[in-house]
Amino acid sequence: MASIELDAPGTMQLLLGNEAIARGALEAGIGFAASYPGTPASEIMDNLASIANDMGIHAEWSVNEKVALEAAAGASFAGIRAIASMKQNGLNVSSDFLINLAMTGIGKGLILVVADDPGAISSSNEQDSRNICKWIDIPLLEPGNTQEAKDMTKWAFELSEELDTICMVRSVNRIGHTRGNVKLGELPKKEQRAYFPNIWNKFEPMRSKFAAGPFPQLHNVLHQKLAKAEEKFESSPFNWYMGPDNVELLVITSGASTSCCTEAVKELKLEDKVGIFKLATTWPIPENLIEKQLSRSQKVLFVEEVDPFIERSVMELAANLPPDSPHLIFYGKRSGHIPSYGELNPDLVINAIANVMGIPYQARDINYDKEAQELSKAVPVRALNLCPGCPHRATFWAVKNAFQLDGRDGFICGDIGCYALGFAAGGYYQSRTMHAMGSGAGVANGLGNLRQFGFEQPVIAMCGDSTFFHATIPALINGVYNKSNFILLILDNSATAMTGFQPHPGTGMTGSGEPAISINIEALCRSLGANVEVCDPFDLKNTTATLLRLMTEEGGINVVIMRRECEMVRAKRKKKFPYVVHVDPDICIGEACGCDRVCTRVLQCPGLIWDKQAGKSKIDEAVCTGCGLCVDICPEGAIIKSPT
Amino acid sequence: MKKLSKEPLNLIVAGVGGQGNVLMSFIIGKALVSQGYFVSVGDTYGASQRGGSVASHVRISEHTCYGSLIPGGHADVILSLEPAETLRMLGQFGNPDVVTLTNTRPIYPADVTSGRATYPNIDELLKLIEKLSAKLIVIKATDEAIKLGSPIFANVILIGALIGSGVLPLNKKSLEPILRENFPKEFDANIAAFNKGVELAGH
Repeated sequence: MASIELDAPGTMQLLLGNEAIARGALEAGIGFAASYPGTPASEIMDNLASIANDMGIHAEWSVNEKVALEAAAGASFAGIRAIASMKQNGLNVSSDFLINLAMTGIGKGLILVVADDPGAISSSNEQDSRNICKWIDIPLLEPGNTQEAKDMTKWAFELSEELDTICMVRSVNRIGHTRGNVKLGELPKKEQRAYFPNIWNKFEPMRSKFAAGPFPQLHNVLHQKLAKAEEKFESSPFNWYMGPDNVELLVITSGASTSCCTEAVKELKLEDKVGIFKLATTWPIPENLIEKQLSRSQKVLFVEEVDPFIERSVMELAANLPPDSPHLIFYGKRSGHIPSYGELNPDLVINAIANVMGIPYQARDINYDKEAQELSKAVPVRALNLCPGCPHRATFWAVKNAFQLDGRDGFICGDIGCYALGFAAGGYYQSRTMHAMGSGAGVANGLGNLRQFGFEQPVIAMCGDSTFFHATIPALINGVYNKSNFILLILDNSATAMTGFQPHPGTGMTGSGEPAISINIEALCRSLGANVEVCDPFDLKNTTATLLRLMTEEGGINVVIMRRECEMVRAKRKKKFPYVVHVDPDICIGEACGCDRVCTRVLQCPGLIWDKQAGKSKIDEAVCTGCGLCVDICPEGAIIKSPT
Repeated sequence: MKKLSKEPLNLIVAGVGGQGNVLMSFIIGKALVSQGYFVSVGDTYGASQRGGSVASHVRISEHTCYGSLIPGGHADVILSLEPAETLRMLGQFGNPDVVTLTNTRPIYPADVTSGRATYPNIDELLKLIEKLSAKLIVIKATDEAIKLGSPIFANVILIGALIGSGVLPLNKKSLEPILRENFPKEFDANIAAFNKGVELAGH
């Protein structure tokens, strides 16, 4: 939506935090970028990939985050500045390589942007990725707004080169997914040449610097790099204090929480009593600077997302203060003033500060508040659901019916993607396990090898096409090799749909829009020795029969590719809906039908609604996308489709 | 740059996933930045692509970028694509001074369609919304959009209504280049929808 390649230094633009990070990388002169889609990180690569050809950089959607980081490191080793970006779960995937990379150091500037999802708004889990920096000894930067997202990304490259280590930039939802004013800087215009140099490990001649261990000394070198980082952080302009010299309460904060703190102090009119110290360099912490801040007040409140990361570091530091130092009282997650999990917001911080300061806070007129709370009880919940026209709804419908016909309490091992909604009403509660990318098939491996213990339930592992390439292939190989028994449903909708329709190795296109080899999922699975069948999920009859046959008659590993384009991809390509659908009110007999309103109560497509007054089903023309699925489930034939 | 009626001025753009509230807040934000304001836009959303409750928080200032979340009870303007979402936002962010602009077309959640939950009658719903608003502007945006060719135009009609209502320091002229930039192929249809909204808001 915004052009990050605008050559207009000094102008003010409205950029998304992730666009600002991408812009910062361009201003730092990157030549290489790699990523795997994941909310809230995707737009960094979406933007870099869209301008890669214009700007003469290589930008790729890699097959998974580990390969993305490895590829970026390869570029760095050969003298090209590189960025890898990913969501929190991607960090976990890439961590084995990252830990070893920390040991070897880098070539040209190399940064890793990790976007955390406090509150697990779009994730299977909540985690605080900052902890890995402490674990593996790499420097950590946390921007506090959109402008800093750009500026600190750029700075991270300089730091990385100076310290000879990968630097992590940690974003969160409210940084990466916030739009704000950003003043653009210069775009460098010099040509880059890549060459892999022979640099020897300083402990063993003729051994490449880029080969990790077994050298415990490398760990010590890493500690020296961190000490140097701490020295630099002492004077970083991104760390600042706002407030009078001495205060009743010192708030220490970082990242997106910073604006919650400034807002809270202003809202409570405590500008002369409460000071805010914002820390942008959160590992290693600049100890002298923090010691100076701690002298401002005896009361300290920590406000950060998600773990008490700074809180613990500062408490550790405080334990080493001289014995005659004043006694400090700490508030935060440990004291219960700030919640120990979830995303922070201005209200939580306003209430925490009001609580510590012992003052009352009323957000709005008390009578209005009571009335607003009472009247808004009339608002219905909106549970998560699949989109109208989504082929996954058809797949879940067929699976549900096949399980019922089989009668042995079959279930789905779910995975990460839109079809994760299989655990909810929209997927008829069929998914009973869900963990990491590729874990559906992984867990099915174990379940499918329990026959000697009397296990007879049918097991269906489910993954999308992008998830298949990302992490399912090893689990499939394992199943074939170790003689497990399960059905792998690959929901091939030709897109990484959940994160914004990024291309993947099966789509025939690279991230930057060039034609590419389309890896044939069917042929690949066959070559591994699995039985492979292909179904159109909208052909409910055939799909259900195929699944039932495989459950009851076949053992071993059976792959069923559910092939049907994502409705949103289809709609972009071809505006016209496949059908015009309507309910014939003369045929629909409503509650009298005996079908238990299978269309509205069971199928639950948002395009089909219940006309209370008429007591009949009805198509919502503002929502229905004309897929025609409901036509096949109405026992009376009251739902009618005609070609558009 | 016109002086703001309040510093910061807090606008919520609400709706159901798929209706286009993210695009709306982006267009409004861009127009404001082009006029020299500082803007933060934060989106709150469910994990689903479509069908969930979604809202963008737009915070407008003459001096600085505020945090992207509006504190509870602090909305100055609520612009909503879906009437139940309007009431949901008032419940959390409304106050005795809030100005509300709302569409009238319900989008029924699965829980309502299946009979597990109820959706208030639209006239009742508008009464509740009016009770919690200092000023209410009701726009039949979806009905008007269908007349213009597609229900999706409801979002641009509502942007027009927001500008027409005069609650933001923006005029028709400041929006036109932004709409042209965002809808290069369908500019005519979108400017028609925008003008319709301005007209419906009574200007």
